[in-house]
Amino acid sequence: MLSRRLFLKSSALIGCSAAAHPLMSSISFASAPGENRLVVIILRGAMDGLDAFQPYGDPMLRQLRRKLSQGPDQGATDLDGFFALHPALSPLMPLWRSGELAFAPAVSTPYRDKRSHFDGQGLLEAGIPSEDDLLARKDGWLNRLLQQMPGARAQTAYAIGLDDMQILDGPAPARSWAPEAGFNLSGQAQRLLEHVYHDDPLFQAAGDQAMEIAGAGMQVEQEDPGPARDARMLARFAADRLNGETRIASFSISGWDSHANQSRIIGRSLQRLAEAIITLRDTLGPNWGRTTVLAMTEFGRTVRENGTGGTDHGTGGAMLMAGGAIRGGRAYGEWPGLAEGDLYAGRDLMPMRDIRAYAAWAMRDLYGIPRDALERDVFPGLEMGDNPGVWA
Amino acid sequence: MVLDPEIAMIRLGYGLSPDSPQAVDADLLLASVATARPDADAIRMADIDARRQVENDLAAAARKPGSDKPTQRKSARMRRETIWMAQHAFQVRVARAVADPVGFGERLVQFWSDHFTVAGGNRFQSLIAAAHVDEAIRPHLGGRFSDLMFAAETHPRMLTYLNQSGSVGPNSAIARRRKDDDLGLNENLAREMIELHSLGVGGDYTQRDVRQLARLLTGLSYRAGQDRAFRPAMAEPGADTVLGVTYGGNGQASLNDIRAVIDDLAMHPDTARHLARKLAVHFVSDDPPADLIDRLAQTYRQADGDLSVVYVALAEAPELAAGFRQKARQPFDFVVAALRALGMRGGDLRQLDRRDSNGRLLRPLQTMGQRWAMPRGPDGWPESAESWITPQGLAARIDWSMRHPAKLLGDLPDPRDFLRTALGSTASQSLQWAVPKAESPREGVAIVLASADFNRR
Repeated sequence: MLSRRLFLKSSALIGCSAAAHPLMSSISFASAPGENRLVVIILRGAMDGLDAFQPYGDPMLRQLRRKLSQGPDQGATDLDGFFALHPALSPLMPLWRSGELAFAPAVSTPYRDKRSHFDGQGLLEAGIPSEDDLLARKDGWLNRLLQQMPGARAQTAYAIGLDDMQILDGPAPARSWAPEAGFNLSGQAQRLLEHVYHDDPLFQAAGDQAMEIAGAGMQVEQEDPGPARDARMLARFAADRLNGETRIASFSISGWDSHANQSRIIGRSLQRLAEAIITLRDTLGPNWGRTTVLAMTEFGRTVRENGTGGTDHGTGGAMLMAGGAIRGGRAYGEWPGLAEGDLYAGRDLMPMRDIRAYAAWAMRDLYGIPRDALERDVFPGLEMGDNPGVWA
Repeated sequence: MVLDPEIAMIRLGYGLSPDSPQAVDADLLLASVATARPDADAIRMADIDARRQVENDLAAAARKPGSDKPTQRKSARMRRETIWMAQHAFQVRVARAVADPVGFGERLVQFWSDHFTVAGGNRFQSLIAAAHVDEAIRPHLGGRFSDLMFAAETHPRMLTYLNQSGSVGPNSAIARRRKDDDLGLNENLAREMIELHSLGVGGDYTQRDVRQLARLLTGLSYRAGQDRAFRPAMAEPGADTVLGVTYGGNGQASLNDIRAVIDDLAMHPDTARHLARKLAVHFVSDDPPADLIDRLAQTYRQADGDLSVVYVALAEAPELAAGFRQKARQPFDFVVAALRALGMRGGDLRQLDRRDSNGRLLRPLQTMGQRWAMPRGPDGWPESAESWITPQGLAARIDWSMRHPAKLLGDLPDPRDFLRTALGSTASQSLQWAVPKAESPREGVAIVLASADFNRR
């Protein structure tokens, strides 16, 4: 029980007290963990990959879906003659053309058959093979990556937003911030609070960092309004940090659970995802060339449309990849097909590869983490298989 | 024994208020425990099940081909009202914590519902989680721990949260009848009953005890709309031996065996120590003195698990004063303490409209890191000050202090008076220096509320 507790967010404090120490911050540059940047976006609620990247070249799709995922006839943009991009993702077409957008259409975590959001996200973030260990396992795979990275420090990684990001929890120090947590203080109030916190190391460390971030122009009020505002806010904060010393950032975008009226629900969420990625690109500037974005969801959705214009919890689904560091403009991995015998349990898209394998290859190719450490420590029980060649 | 009223109110309750009693003794604390019993607003399973039935019927009518708009609207409205009922249960929790003059009873509600953590989730799960507090925790706060434990473990929300409802004896009547369904044991509740709720993870037990307890618990199950009852058809036949004691096996599996094992788990010496340590960690220090734990554990054993006796021993412990401000107030405690210090009363809180209740109380808690009724796992909220006083957590407290008091109160008190109301004689020199220098009453009040003095206890 102690180890569970110890993990929980203990990292933030260790992080800032170490950073506040003058010696720590001056020597640390010598061993900074390189220039490559990784952003992991958790899509909570199970994104329908078949709607985001519509396999309109598969003749079965039209039989399974009457209203949804109708391909280029209904406004989706053709990608490669087989897949088409959902209209709400069309702002990403320039990235596709420049080789900075890719996807794996049929992947999943090892989670099978229960289809609970809670367990599915737990497994995705813990990076472990079985949900039986979820209650005991409170750390995440990005934290285990940090433990393998030489020169990683607290500011190397940021968990961003109000959602609990288990993916970064664990013994390695990491930082966290929620753009919503900003505040407006007069200069006088800020000075008085600094005075009040001065003699309490815990409050002084947290307060200093809060005022540094809140005072650096990250206030919520400055983001333009619009339905994707929250996602842009997360992305802008991530990019600002990644332009500094941070190399790994993670946040989540919710709102994918489209049991009914999917076209409205997924359209809104895809817009937020697209604006988050565009905001990352624009804000990262030249650093975008060294950046990889992985957008992952806990599981896919049923291949058949249900009776309420939506889809239900499934198994295989799509992962989106973006960034100047990837070889994009293509779909990665095999396509299982949609015919009756091709489906998982007669209802879901068959996953063709463990989604963790892509993340593991990203870590190996971006940060040089050895394969045995990835298969043993970061993703216990994973067989990475062949390099998909996204970064090679 | 007369206690230091400031220490008692701040450490054992929700802090000082303009209505603070002048003197606090053990009788007043125990009266506060009695006050925390279920009241007229209590959420009950019977009401929830009835509501679910009506809601299901309405939804079915609205789904029928050709259903009219008013039916569909009525169905949607009912769903929204159910969500609001769960949010309103939170509002009542805040109101009751603000209203109790001492606050010890409501702190114990928080403590024990965290010890027996269940989570909310969808609207009915959230409502049933609220019923868990009202039906299982509140009635047993001041009694024997075994009664509290039995009520908490067998409540519908615990049975679903820790997957007991799906646990079926492999040789039970149901499993034999439905061979193809692959029914079997789920150990989740059994494990947490020992590891979290009684002996503690360091206790003297083995995986075999967990397995045997899981077998013994089969039959305990909840399904929506059905009476909460023990289902012998799900129970694994035969006797089970947990921690050296054999239960059942007389051919008739029953709830009595589960009652018996809980009674024994409750009085296990490791349980006394585990509970003593948890109380000391929650009320005294993240790293409490061993001597205090020993004394509380001994009191528990001597009092045969009577919690009120343990509470008095805790209140009279000198460590309570010695460890002053070693704990950080969790976000819920912080908001309640702030509302009390600001002079708001329980009735004021109950009258908040939905928008204010959610916008000024419920959502800010999430920003502070404590999404209401949604702790990460069955081990509940973290205790350490470092878990809460993070950059974004503290920023959210500063933001709340700056924005909401003026909106909730209309007229803010003079910050210098407010400093005395909120912290009495315990305010630090630096805070006393800073508060009068604020540019406005709003900022002065905020500096008090955002201070380390106020956020620690």
